[in-house]
Amino acid sequence: MKQEFQIISDLIEKNTRVLDVGCGDGTLMEYLKHNKEIDIRGIEISKDNVQKCLSKGLAVIEGDAEKDLLQFPDSSFDFVILSQTLQAFLSPEIVIKELLRVGKKAIVTIPNFGFWKVRLHLLFKGTMPVTKNLPNEWYNTPNLHMCTIKDFYNFCENREIKLDKSLALQNERISSINEFNLNVKNLSAELGIFLIKR
Amino acid sequence: MNKNVNIKKIVIDKPLKLDCGQTINNYSLAYETYGSLNEKKDNAILVFHALTGDQFASGINPITKKEGWWFYAVGSGKAIDTDNFFVICANVIGGCMGSFGPNEVNPDTNKIYGTNFPVITINDMVNAQFNLLNFFNIEKLFAVIGGSMGGMQTLQFVSNFPNKAKVAIPIACTASHSAQNIAFNELGRQSIMADANWENGDYSNQNKNPNKGLSVARMAAHITYLSKNGLQEKFGRKLQERDDLKFGFDADFQIESYLRHQGSVFVDRFDANSYLYITRAMDYFDLIKEHNGNLPHAFKNTKTKFLIISFTSDWLYPTSENKEIVIALNAIGADVGFVEIESDKGHDSFLLNVPKFLNTLGDYIKTTYSKN
Repeated sequence: MKQEFQIISDLIEKNTRVLDVGCGDGTLMEYLKHNKEIDIRGIEISKDNVQKCLSKGLAVIEGDAEKDLLQFPDSSFDFVILSQTLQAFLSPEIVIKELLRVGKKAIVTIPNFGFWKVRLHLLFKGTMPVTKNLPNEWYNTPNLHMCTIKDFYNFCENREIKLDKSLALQNERISSINEFNLNVKNLSAELGIFLIKR
Repeated sequence: MNKNVNIKKIVIDKPLKLDCGQTINNYSLAYETYGSLNEKKDNAILVFHALTGDQFASGINPITKKEGWWFYAVGSGKAIDTDNFFVICANVIGGCMGSFGPNEVNPDTNKIYGTNFPVITINDMVNAQFNLLNFFNIEKLFAVIGGSMGGMQTLQFVSNFPNKAKVAIPIACTASHSAQNIAFNELGRQSIMADANWENGDYSNQNKNPNKGLSVARMAAHITYLSKNGLQEKFGRKLQERDDLKFGFDADFQIESYLRHQGSVFVDRFDANSYLYITRAMDYFDLIKEHNGNLPHAFKNTKTKFLIISFTSDWLYPTSENKEIVIALNAIGADVGFVEIESDKGHDSFLLNVPKFLNTLGDYIKTTYSKN
């Protein structure tokens, strides 16, 4: 399993109710269900992935998080997970608001556009960066709203969203992000993982 | 119907109060089973049939000599695998394959009921079939499954008996029959009633048969089970055994010939009054109204795990109506899965060979049962 999923799993308490938004083929859901006795639900936009999830017996509904989170009542989950999908929404701001309405807490991970390789790519090559975490070209990328770890950090501060935990992941090394090392982490980390709440 | 075929029946001596107010006693329920019940009795699946279905879901239907209506989904090694599961399917009350229906003899008058038969509802059908659990000595079903009207029965079953099935799979259905669907049903009924041989529903006592009316009803309904693209692809404007138009009203086009054929084979196996009664039951189905506008309330006590499936080209029970059920279940935090399967085969997709559908259904059932 991806290390990112391991970190997400460690942030989640046992025996809780969790919604995985954009759950893909259900890998993380299965792990949480069997290892942490999580009562887990998923929502996924790709039909192929939904069929894979259902084949595993997972409670996944086909839907678009931007419209279909509406059907979940307030605070109906202890945790809502959004893994590397925030940048693909038309309105990330509204999605975050929805995550925090539906979940008591949310775990959001973002591919960091401030990562030094990304910056160097743009600086020296002068073309839109293509990296391991951002594999698409500018003309076919699903990513509409790329952001940096610093952007997301500041966004939460400005919106009075509480950052329970801010983690940086780089080459399988996890470290904490705080206001003092923010600029450094924003340069050195490939992925930001945030546990947020209202 | 062919009375020479041995049809399995139970006679239910427990009185059933119907929604219309009448109470029925000692009524029969015709059923068929596939596979075998295991020792733990935890592998039973109750399958509900759609409007024109019957208890012969799999194998060869002894009346029509054709494959059972859910041949693609039910059988050895199939999605609803009869090697592992004990599948029960009963003819609904109001039907014409051996269950208590309008073509049976009324013991009070010694005449065939016809339209003196009580109006029945989806709720009545489900309550009647619930007696099968007792008959087979099954405490809890593994699953209830059905498409179209079978899906409505699935929803009603869980609503009525929240803890009697571990899994519920309503397919291509709705929680509340739409105006469009009522309209199509009414078209079919009017076609039957416009046939002079219908005789106000008394045709059987007069040795007549409103075959023309029933056949037109079937033709009209059949169009609604397909999709525009599906029809276009299969038939287009192809001509039927001729090189050119004949400038008359014979079946010039293949689609005409196909529909006429569908109509004519249907009347051999179906009773016109049953068609009236069952379409009426579908029209009256409104689980939302039954719960005063609050659909989640219909499922509030259930621990049943749901899988809801719709099809892209189904315009009779469109995805939006299936999603309403999903939304209601999510509102109460139920365990629900949902997928819309890509298919150009229209509403009939659930009856046909649609691999993505059958694989998803089969895997879901298998995994859920093994992780029980």
